[in-house]
Amino acid sequence: MTKEEIKTSLLDIISEIVPDEDVNNLEGEGAIREQIDLDSMDFLDIIMELRKRYKVEIPEDDYPKLASMNSSVEYLEPLLANK
Amino acid sequence: MVYDAVIIGGGLSGLAAGVRLAHFGRNVCLLEKQPRLGGLNSYYTLKGRQIDVGLHAITNYVPRHIKTTPLPKILRQLRIPYNDLELFPQTISCIRFLDKEINFTNDFNFLLQEIADKFPKQIDQFVKLSKSLSGYEGYSPSKEFISSRKILHSFLSDPLLIEMILCPTMFYGSSWENDVDFPQFSILFRSLFCEGLACPRGGMRKVISLLKEKYLHCGGELKTNCQVQKLITSDNQVTQILLNNGEIIKAQKYISSIGLPETKTLCSDLPLPKKLLDQKEEARPGNLSFIELILILDTPPVNYGLKHTITFYNDTEHFLYQRPQELVDLKSGVICCPSNYQIDNPSTKEGMVRLTHLANYHLWKKLTREEYQQQKEFCLKRSQEKTLKRYSNLEKAIKAQDIFTPLTIEKFTGRINGAIYGSPLKAKDGRTNIKNLFICGTDQGFLGIIGTMLSGITIANQHILY
Ligand SMILES: Cc1cc2nc3c(=O)[nH]c(=O)nc-3n(C[C@H](O)[C@H](O)[C@H](O)COP(=O)(O)OP(=O)(O)OC[C@H]3O[C@@H](n4cnc5c(N)ncnc54)[C@H](O)[C@@H]3O)c2cc1C
Repeated sequence: MTKEEIKTSLLDIISEIVPDEDVNNLEGEGAIREQIDLDSMDFLDIIMELRKRYKVEIPEDDYPKLASMNSSVEYLEPLLANK
Repeated sequence: MVYDAVIIGGGLSGLAAGVRLAHFGRNVCLLEKQPRLGGLNSYYTLKGRQIDVGLHAITNYVPRHIKTTPLPKILRQLRIPYNDLELFPQTISCIRFLDKEINFTNDFNFLLQEIADKFPKQIDQFVKLSKSLSGYEGYSPSKEFISSRKILHSFLSDPLLIEMILCPTMFYGSSWENDVDFPQFSILFRSLFCEGLACPRGGMRKVISLLKEKYLHCGGELKTNCQVQKLITSDNQVTQILLNNGEIIKAQKYISSIGLPETKTLCSDLPLPKKLLDQKEEARPGNLSFIELILILDTPPVNYGLKHTITFYNDTEHFLYQRPQELVDLKSGVICCPSNYQIDNPSTKEGMVRLTHLANYHLWKKLTREEYQQQKEFCLKRSQEKTLKRYSNLEKAIKAQDIFTPLTIEKFTGRINGAIYGSPLKAKDGRTNIKNLFICGTDQGFLGIIGTMLSGITIANQHILY
């Protein structure tokens, strides 16, 4: 997947979890959880949706790398390179 | 085939757990002994009318823009859009003790004003109490019982106010007599007073069909008319389960929503120490049961002066929330008028009133068949006389009626003693002494429609998904 595709997929996942939020205005920098109402259960759901859709396992120690949109895309790019 | 998970019981907690597991691709099978889903809060038809077994209120109601409380969290976890529930908020409810009345709405400030007016000396302390509750986690892994009564006494000095605040939280979710476990109290206080009450269009049929469709859509397997007869264990693991039709089912993990003592009776060959939980006292069946009366009126009850959505009442000097010495305790109870939710375009011109009272399972159980029928009739009549006498002509408006006793509850849900709120001791972390057997729903510790759904979600997350 390209960076752009990863970003689109992430936005798709987030909007499935919080359908009432407008995810298109999410800034690339800045924590996702500060921009929209996501609690810790929602955050874990993002990780699980990634696992369900792309079979990527994200170890708990790496969760902080998924804080912002940009850092998530950076982190996921090598993992999703062949998907 | 070996399932990833089998869920025993298709009540609200089992369904919610099932939706989570199926959504994340787990190979899951849900087993329900009844032909219909919903358990303690299912539905039926009474002379052509669609009736809910229990529904007084969906608690934890908040408007759509609020995201941080249990109801929206649950809906997000289940991927059910808020608007699909079509919730209609309550109008006004009250707690009435003899001639003292505290009204409350879905606006917490309204309740504060009521307390300020009616218990002026207590209001400052009441505000302090509610502030401390709003910061309290609610979930406590501690297995010890914490008395809410004691904590309320440390804030408030007027015993009447303490009783009046405890009363709704006991009726709507205490498995203990004359008290509430404090974590449970804090959840109930918020869900009834700080958040609020509502009713979905279509009642429980709506809620259950949303869950069922979601579950099936995600690929969950459902077996109704399918009773689990035995959990076969070996080496502290459930190896397989036996169904009443002789079928055997195997899974990696098992989640039971049917109650702790009820689950225990299915584990006939439990290994030593023959307990499901590591507690001094083994989980015993609860003592508290209720009767529920359903009255259909020719027009809504507000036409007879009954304007409250829910009324919690007590007509004695000392309110007792305990198993009564007689079949039914009519001195206190809950009056619910589903017609008094702010429903636009209601589907019927008829009205409905539901009456709930504490009841004694063992005394009902002793009756002969004939006495049982007579006592049902007698209770219907006496409860109406007692609770409805203040609303003139209301009794004449009754077109149809029905009654559930503790025996009805036990018969349909398998809850021992008809104990709606289950065992006083809860499996708070969902674990049992059997490694791959988990408890969700009522006996995990979260109660009511919203509470048990949250329980199912949490147990599925913690023990299977995360
Ligand atoms: C009259 C009444 C009014 C109520 N009103 C309200 C209200 O207004 N608001 C509110 O929030 N809550 C209310 N409640 C409480 C609420 O309904 C319950 O707390 C909740 O539904 C419990 O869900 P559960 O999943 O824990 O258990 P259950 O609903 O008991 O689910 C367990 C399921 O397991 C099935 N089962 C049992 N044994 C077996 C077996 N061996 N094999 C297979 N299946 C089995 C049962 O048939 C049942 O479907 C009310 C309850 C009653 C009875």
